[in-house]
Amino acid sequence: MRTLLICLFALLSVTPLRAQTVAEILSANAGLIEKSSRQTIAPVIDALAASGDPMAAEVLAAWQEKALAIRKGDGAFVLLKTTSDGYEVRDLTGATLGTATKTDVTELKPNAGVRAMIATALVQFTLSDPDISKRQAALDSIAKDPKPEALLPLRAAIKLEKAPTILAQKQRLEQLLTLRFDADPAARVAAITGFGADLGLDLRAALNPLVVTKRLAASSPPDGNIARALQPGRDLSQTEAYDLLVAAGLALPRLTIEAERAALLANLTDGMVGGVALADLASQAARDRAYTALEAEGRVPQAMTDAEAKAAVNDFQFYDVYVEPDAAVTSAASAALTSIGYRVDFMQAADLALDGLSLASIYFLAAIGLAITFGVMGVINMAHGEFITLGAYTGYVVQQWVPNYTASILIALPLAFAVTFAAGVAMERLVIRHLYKRPLETLLATFGISIALQQIFKNIFGTQARPLTSPAWLDGALSFNDVVSISYIRIAIFVLALVFLGFFLWLMKRTRLGLEVRAVTQNPGMAASMGINPDRINMLTFGLGSGIAGIAGVAIGLFAKVTSELGTDYIVQSFMTVVVGGVGNIWGTLAGATMIGGLQKMIEFLNPSNTLAAQTYMILFIILFIQFRPRGIIALRGRAAGD
Amino acid sequence: MRNQKSRLIFVLVLALFTILVTIGAQNGLVSTSFVKTLGKTLCLCIAALAMDLIWGYAGILSLGHMAFFALGGYMIGMWLMYARTEEIVVASLANAGLPATPEEISQGIASQIFGVVGASDLPMIWGFAHSLPLQLMLVVLLPGLLALAFGWLAFRARVTGVYLSILTQAMTLALALYLFQNDSGLRGNNGLSGLQNLPGVTAGQQEVSLWFFWAAAAALCITYIGLSAIVSGKFGSVIRAIRDDEARVRFLGYSVEAYKLFVFTLTSVIVALAGALYYPQAGIINPAELAPIASIYLAVWVAIGGRGKLYGAVIGAAVVSLLSSWFTGGRAPSIPLGFATIDWVNWWQVLLGLSFVCVTLFAPKGISGIFDWVAGAASPDRKGAPLGRDDGSLQEQEALK
Amino acid sequence: MSALLEVSGVSVSFDGFRAINNLTFSIGTAELRAIIGPNGAGKSTFMDIVTGKTKPDSGAVTFGEKSTSLLKLSEAQIARVGIGRKFQRPTVFEDQTVAENLILALKAARSPWKVLAWRIKSIDLEKVQRLAVQVGLADHLPRKAGELSHGQKQWLEIAMLLAQEPRLLLVDEPAAGMTLAERERTTELLTQIAQTRAVVVVEHDMDFVRRLNCRVTVLHEGAVLAEGSLEHVTKNQDVIDVYLGRG
Repeated sequence: MRTLLICLFALLSVTPLRAQTVAEILSANAGLIEKSSRQTIAPVIDALAASGDPMAAEVLAAWQEKALAIRKGDGAFVLLKTTSDGYEVRDLTGATLGTATKTDVTELKPNAGVRAMIATALVQFTLSDPDISKRQAALDSIAKDPKPEALLPLRAAIKLEKAPTILAQKQRLEQLLTLRFDADPAARVAAITGFGADLGLDLRAALNPLVVTKRLAASSPPDGNIARALQPGRDLSQTEAYDLLVAAGLALPRLTIEAERAALLANLTDGMVGGVALADLASQAARDRAYTALEAEGRVPQAMTDAEAKAAVNDFQFYDVYVEPDAAVTSAASAALTSIGYRVDFMQAADLALDGLSLASIYFLAAIGLAITFGVMGVINMAHGEFITLGAYTGYVVQQWVPNYTASILIALPLAFAVTFAAGVAMERLVIRHLYKRPLETLLATFGISIALQQIFKNIFGTQARPLTSPAWLDGALSFNDVVSISYIRIAIFVLALVFLGFFLWLMKRTRLGLEVRAVTQNPGMAASMGINPDRINMLTFGLGSGIAGIAGVAIGLFAKVTSELGTDYIVQSFMTVVVGGVGNIWGTLAGATMIGGLQKMIEFLNPSNTLAAQTYMILFIILFIQFRPRGIIALRGRAAGD
Repeated sequence: MRNQKSRLIFVLVLALFTILVTIGAQNGLVSTSFVKTLGKTLCLCIAALAMDLIWGYAGILSLGHMAFFALGGYMIGMWLMYARTEEIVVASLANAGLPATPEEISQGIASQIFGVVGASDLPMIWGFAHSLPLQLMLVVLLPGLLALAFGWLAFRARVTGVYLSILTQAMTLALALYLFQNDSGLRGNNGLSGLQNLPGVTAGQQEVSLWFFWAAAAALCITYIGLSAIVSGKFGSVIRAIRDDEARVRFLGYSVEAYKLFVFTLTSVIVALAGALYYPQAGIINPAELAPIASIYLAVWVAIGGRGKLYGAVIGAAVVSLLSSWFTGGRAPSIPLGFATIDWVNWWQVLLGLSFVCVTLFAPKGISGIFDWVAGAASPDRKGAPLGRDDGSLQEQEALK
Repeated sequence: MSALLEVSGVSVSFDGFRAINNLTFSIGTAELRAIIGPNGAGKSTFMDIVTGKTKPDSGAVTFGEKSTSLLKLSEAQIARVGIGRKFQRPTVFEDQTVAENLILALKAARSPWKVLAWRIKSIDLEKVQRLAVQVGLADHLPRKAGELSHGQKQWLEIAMLLAQEPRLLLVDEPAAGMTLAERERTTELLTQIAQTRAVVVVEHDMDFVRRLNCRVTVLHEGAVLAEGSLEHVTKNQDVIDVYLGRG
């Protein structure tokens, strides 16, 4: 109540004292200040804080740090700064007065209580500082480390606040402090309910300490705010229960196997210990018997064996007790946390969907080139992963020459396309052309190229990761609230994936090349007789698929480590995407990527500690999925597919 | 009858090789580590034989068989590690004054084996590790049942051609990722180690390496004879027919899926047994051994050796894996080119990859094609008749449609 | 005479296209039947349905005295029940010898375990020899099937079909690519087989059908247009319109 009164007083005394300068206040209250005590000094501090004098903060701080003094000559207050041979002296307007020695001044030495009051006043002072950035900094520091003392100055400062944004922040912080530190439980409950299911991390940070429990063992229900009674064996293990008893001094420490062994060894005489022969000590029961005998003789410390420990646990009851004593507050807090929990779950689902979508677009980008070569041409390209790597390394090399990240990415994208397009065309001309209609052998030949390329990358670029840095405008994340956010890089990749989807559709549906590709896919003989050169089409298609892999490589390189194994990490997922989606259909690839990306994120969410397990389950799921849709989500139907 | 002749030749060559290596090892001409390398190579040859049965004969390109190889190794490794650790723990407890209790021993073993992944209890799957017969049963049962389950799912859905290859690749990746976890119960990426120390055996590595070499040679001999009996009989005829035209085989009344499942499971068990012989010689096994690339290498060996010929698979595995260890072992001389030096440790894989492309393109019959040519048994004289369908391509066409 | 194969009210469509439309068909235990019809009439699809390659959308297909439904059986099971099929293109296993091809087809247990334990006996060799003689391939037994001429492959396939000892044979255009003499021999063989079992011949060649001298079923747009002797159906106005009218 006392603090409230002081607060009230401060509020009342603000206006009349406003006109005064610091010097006037101090000299008017010189007596009080010189023999300051907690009981009497409050009005002075408040008056200083409310004076509006620009020097007030400095004076208060000096007072707190014992750097305020009275000059012996005229009894005026001065500010001191210790130098090697005495003090540097300034007056209360900040003007330098020269130097002084220890004998010239009487230092004020406020006691700890007074210093604490000054500190509180200083907080309020900075909270009302005319400089808006200082006010913001003060707020931030309170928010970072909330203390009960900050509550009163904050409340006072709210009254003076004019800037709407700061005011809102102050009010929110005031409520957060109220619900934790206010003396009146009703006010705290009101503050808690006032927030509703707010998603702010600060609110959860404020609420969580209220529902902290501690676990204790007792023979009867303890006083205090009991959260729940615990059943050993169900809510906590026997071992945990017993450890609680030991911690509370209610039971003896348990006898470990090592301790028992040491104790028995120490008491071994003539091949016997505690009446049991040494040779018989090869079982736990015999050792316990020997130890109990030693206990009875008082030769070893009393200790619990397993059976005794169990009996001891049964003699006690175990409780979770809230640290916060007020039941109304804890129940309001836990209710608020529950309802926030629901909303957080919902938002997390949204966030998960965004994550899944971004992973899906990565897989889509990685798989789209494969879908073209595998789906349209029926050629399985195991070196596709290395084309992705090649694209990423192209980006890296470009950045060595072009230091501007934005420019280098803009150069790298088409260049990566060109490089991998050329590589793809070369590979098609030299190898794949000879292996059409022999998919298993294509698979193995391209695998040979894959291991050769991978080793070549290793020989050129080394085994350590090379950086591919994204432009600054892609740093950071777009966050909707404290739960839902997505990084700009991922948005960019999503956009890139959309662009490629559009590009592919346009190419296949609207261009001469697309028409010819479709014709060759459906009936190469007929297409050839109509003047389409299937060799040229196959070459271009393969080059296109490879080129897109190169672009995907630049995109993936922006957020993943660029190593010679970059592509390998994506190749199996890319194959899965194509197979699950259904071969020969871009929408199938999209559906496959969405499913695999979404599912992987979902499994990771359900088992967040373990991304390796997530991938394992993912693949198991795909194997089962193939059972039901052997030809993918979007399968070609009809007679052609039946064969 | 040609088959029996080639079987005899194979057994004689293998026996001669074994005797030579044994004599060489006892006279110090062949180092212990090289005996081990040869013994391991023989195990790889067994795996390649199985791969040839499933790919060369039945036309199923499995890119996951090395997973079974590693699983076999893990199963035997569990016993080796457990029994060896038990010896050490019992010995150290016996020196500590009191006779050890069973609890102390199992606690000691558990913390010795699992301390490295921060656990101190033996996981459930180690329940059989104390017993060699039980664990040997697992060498067969675990890979066998896994292959049975996977194969049943895949073949029932009529997954064929490259789809099946990708699916098997995914299977081995899934297994590898699972084993990489620390809580998989098999020591995560540390794997199992110290497997070269046989519990209860005081003989030195020099002798032990020879034992394993003999065992591997015997196993290779048995596998070769068994498989060559299978492929030369009606069963072999059925699976080759499945490779060439599985729809037609169905209309003859054979359940193609049952045969594929049979071959898949049989080869998995053979490969697992080979793995169980391999890893005690290698001394260490970890989940990296299950990486999909290992299984692809298996296919590479068979392709280079010549698929559809059992001796081709053996030759391919032996030649490529020995060359590979020679090149990557840093013993191959570097080639100075003036502006740069070709260091084979770095360039061997490039050479392997490219030579593999060349074999696929220019010598689909692999090394064994040379033997056929020498023996005058190259492709039959068609007397101008149009060439039949390409080996193994029919089914692929099916998958392509 | 009770029917061996009964197809009733079967329909199947691919992507909205009705390949078979409420088709009803039956054949006795020892009967020769020719099925004719223009391209796209559903002849191949009909065979696919009977042999289990295609599952119909509706209708029933039963076989044998016990009227076993074929719809729930796999291709291999249907073949084991006793339905053999000869494809239009000769499909023999080119990489294997003629003898191996025939042994593969011989009626015997088909499960992997039993095949693994199977050893050739003199009775099997006799059967193979007899079949080879029957189709004129006795001298070619050790040759690879891929080395045979087109006609010889046709014969080999017919021999394989016989080796299966099916109760119903579905034969797709057996005469395609055969010389006149070979056609005559085929006709002879088919009529001879049909004395003990059911034979369905799908044929384009009217001349060959006339030679077979049997009941004819005309398919059109996935349904039976007419059925009876060749003379009977060729006089049918519908048949003339849709089939003969176009030549």
